[in-house]
Amino acid sequence: MLLIHCPYCDETLPEAEFTYAGEAHIVRPLDPSAQTDEQWETFMFIRRNPKGPHYERWRHLHGCARYFNAVRDTVTDKFLTTYKAGEPRPDLESLK
Amino acid sequence: MNKAVSSFVPGVLATSTAATVSLAAPMGRLSLRARGDLSALDAALGMTLPTRIGQRNAGAICLGPDEWMLHADDIVPIVAACAAIYEGHPHSLTDVSGREITLLIEGPRAAELLTLGCARDIDSIPVGEGRRTVCDGATVILWRDAPDRFRMDVWHSFAPHLLHLFETGCRELAAEAA
Ligand SMILES: [Zn+2]
Repeated sequence: MLLIHCPYCDETLPEAEFTYAGEAHIVRPLDPSAQTDEQWETFMFIRRNPKGPHYERWRHLHGCARYFNAVRDTVTDKFLTTYKAGEPRPDLESLK
Repeated sequence: MNKAVSSFVPGVLATSTAATVSLAAPMGRLSLRARGDLSALDAALGMTLPTRIGQRNAGAICLGPDEWMLHADDIVPIVAACAAIYEGHPHSLTDVSGREITLLIEGPRAAELLTLGCARDIDSIPVGEGRRTVCDGATVILWRDAPDRFRMDVWHSFAPHLLHLFETGCRELAAEAA
């Protein structure tokens, strides 16, 4: 089982308390009706799906219940860092 | 105050030489959500709300950055005091007394019994604190009152499932020790 650090609880806890919530830092357009179908499709469905470090959302569902962000390597499944929602995306160089 | 809406009767539900699980008497339960300066709420509640997740004070436990669970025999004065400051300090205070039950879990191997359902390291929860966590699929609030004494708040619909797990666990741990 993975151990995940919750940035709100400041504890490293079993994966069983958490749920995955997709790619992070996807910003909803402020004026959806001004979007073309292609732009809206991109916002709704198109994800980076990288092989390697991935910026993604997680939720400490069975705990503080907060959503937060993480950088996880999709090859090794290793978490490089976790950080509170709303905090800037950490630079990958700083995580090495 | 809620009536006992669970089908269980307060008292011992499962017991062995390893641990005893019993149902606590009905009590008042309030879910509080609030942000920002908490001093007005502290004054209304007559205590300082704990602000570190897992920390407790009086009947209150901090569950999240803006969330608390309050246990009290009588919630009426609490609801009235909080309503009085609502205008100046908006918050959400919800009576959830009828939503869940509390299991008392105690005995020499109470902590081990919990490991049957909890992935979290029980030893990492200090005495006098608590945590919301998951127990065999159900979200629960676990209060640690002593090294070998816990309370677990469980939503009604999950209670029979967890009780069966603990009945089996009590017997299993006792059989091991024999
Ligand atoms: Zn958390």
